[in-house]
Amino acid sequence: MTDTSNGAPLTAPIQSATFSNPINAEIRRAAATGIYDIRGGGAKRKVPHFDDLLFLGASISRYPLEGYREKCETSVSLGTRFAKNPIELDIPITIAGMSFGALSGAAKEALGRGATLAGTSTTTGDGGMTSEERGHSNKLVYQYLPSRYGMNPDDLRRADAIEIVVGQGAKPGGGGMLLGQKISDRVAEMRNLPKGIDQRSACRHPDWTGPDDLEIKILELREITSWKVPIYIKVGGARPYFDTTLAVKAGADVVVLDGMQGGTAATQDVFIENVGQPILACIRESVRALQDLGMHREVQLVVSGGIRTGADVAKAMAMGADAVAIGTAALIALGDNDPKWEAEYNVLGTTAGAYDDWHEGRDPAGITTQDPELMKRFDPIEGGRRLNNYLKVMTLEAQTIARACGKNHLHNLEPEDLCALTMEAAAMAKIPLAGTDWYPGKPGTGY
Amino acid sequence: MQTLDMADIALREMNATLHAQAETTNQTAWEIVNPKGAHAIACGLDAPIEVTVKGSTGYYCAGMNKQATINIKGSAGPGVAENMMSGTVVIDGDASQYAGATGHGGLLVIKGNASSRCGISMKGIDIVVHGNIGHMSAFMAQSGNLVVCGDAGDALGDSLYEARLFVRGSVKSLGADCIEKEMRPEHLAILANLLEQAGADAKPEEFKRYGSARELYTFKIDNAY
Ligand SMILES: Cc1cc2nc3c(=O)[nH]c(=O)nc-3n(C[C@H](O)[C@H](O)[C@H](O)COP(=O)(O)O)c2cc1C
Repeated sequence: MTDTSNGAPLTAPIQSATFSNPINAEIRRAAATGIYDIRGGGAKRKVPHFDDLLFLGASISRYPLEGYREKCETSVSLGTRFAKNPIELDIPITIAGMSFGALSGAAKEALGRGATLAGTSTTTGDGGMTSEERGHSNKLVYQYLPSRYGMNPDDLRRADAIEIVVGQGAKPGGGGMLLGQKISDRVAEMRNLPKGIDQRSACRHPDWTGPDDLEIKILELREITSWKVPIYIKVGGARPYFDTTLAVKAGADVVVLDGMQGGTAATQDVFIENVGQPILACIRESVRALQDLGMHREVQLVVSGGIRTGADVAKAMAMGADAVAIGTAALIALGDNDPKWEAEYNVLGTTAGAYDDWHEGRDPAGITTQDPELMKRFDPIEGGRRLNNYLKVMTLEAQTIARACGKNHLHNLEPEDLCALTMEAAAMAKIPLAGTDWYPGKPGTGY
Repeated sequence: MQTLDMADIALREMNATLHAQAETTNQTAWEIVNPKGAHAIACGLDAPIEVTVKGSTGYYCAGMNKQATINIKGSAGPGVAENMMSGTVVIDGDASQYAGATGHGGLLVIKGNASSRCGISMKGIDIVVHGNIGHMSAFMAQSGNLVVCGDAGDALGDSLYEARLFVRGSVKSLGADCIEKEMRPEHLAILANLLEQAGADAKPEEFKRYGSARELYTFKIDNAY
């Protein structure tokens, strides 16, 4: 304490960096409720990301392509290893699996419409395949999850690809939760559970453990679908080198790798913020695994977790990914967290851009809800149009960068086109620090 | 009777032949010989045919079955009749782990014993086991009936939803939120019917019923250790 009576200056109040206001608020909230925080979305903390990488562009030694005119291809084939009918996409940006239940039927329809207009695929999610989604998606990937909610052989055969979900970036090793508020009659029926109860999605598959079993599970799925459709394996960003190796060994056509920034419909905040690696740290390790097996480009790699712009797409591809997937960004394109609902976000104790209580089903934008009144606010045709526009812009952005690097296909982007802004990013992405030819851990450099 | 000899034809050809049998097929009786423990035998069938496998099978025999009757004249590996939708699967011998996992419908009869995780995450299937079942059976089981004429292992019905569990013998331990429940006349009727369909020589009155205490139905921190 400083005595103020004699007019001496006070020590300035200093907030603790360790006990910051948000941390203290969370301690008070925990003390008041006894319940940990569950929320949607991905990690909000700042982690090394694509923003920490830059493209070098062309120069005397690299020859650029002409602006927006010269051809720069964007197509990609997924599932060329074993499937009779690989997925052919016009653009390498796919829509990630988001469950019906977490999202309304109309939101799922909009994702299908937008993806189809843009020439890409969309993905089901926990909770099964809806007819709106199948009907409006030219290419639909059907997720095979531990919960097996709604799983059936007819939908399996109606799918254009099957994605075995082992993990998600937001919660590697975690299951899922759909709270009772969101269990409408339709959701309850699809999941074969009573209405209104909190539903748990298991974290382990019920009928296989380990890569040897997984290989046989893949055989079964291929037999049921007559070896026609590709089989993807989705893993969270935990141990990308080994997970990729084991996925390939088990017979995957495609590996889907989701970093810790990746969104989720509902998980404990402590899980989202503290488990898993940023996607930046995962891509090169996964590519290294594919290269060590001689499988890079034979087994395709789709990466996700915090992809927002065409620059992110181009950077992911330069590091060796064949395509990317987006979840959160697609929801924002549809209208999630739009400031036009600010007054209603305020009522929910939040603000546009920060709203993440998707599990509560009170989404003002009518997207992450099953409430009939809120759902009316969302128009799937308009949503599809917006998503298509957004996908188009991302593609144009990625092409712009690729042309500047002299590439006539997005797939020709390469690590040599990049430099890193920070030591952390350089180390994680194995990309030289800007102004140097070195990154921490570079083989042969000794340190 | 059509015979498919797995000594002569590959798994793919065998399953493709069975998949090609439409609703209207006249060839309703099939026999598979020399299965030699192969995986994924007769999975994904969708026709009212009867398939008899002469021997033991590997993983996922009769997986996702619809309509068909599949008899296994031997023992079955892990995941037999997983995610079955309808139809009947009868195993003369024992069944390994995850028998009938996530099954939505139909009847699975195991005349021997079933290993761990029998009926895990079941969603409407009926399972009758003449012998015993292993640990963690009916984990997160959602609906349907699991009938066990022998004993049940540890953690029966852990995290159970609405499935009904009937056990005639002892239960080593009950899993989280699984409790013994009153056997009412409607349950005795369900049980009598299933025992008869499964050819099991047991009386409904000899069984105890177990079900969900429904205390995990609403998320509370205490459940989430
Ligand atoms: C609302 C929502 C629901 C999701 N549901 C699922 C799901 O059912 N299955 C799954 O594998 N991933 C699910 N995810 C994760 C996405 O598939 C994807 O991995 C993630 O969103 C990618 O990161 P991004 O959100 O940063 O683009 C969900 C994500 C969101 C935002």
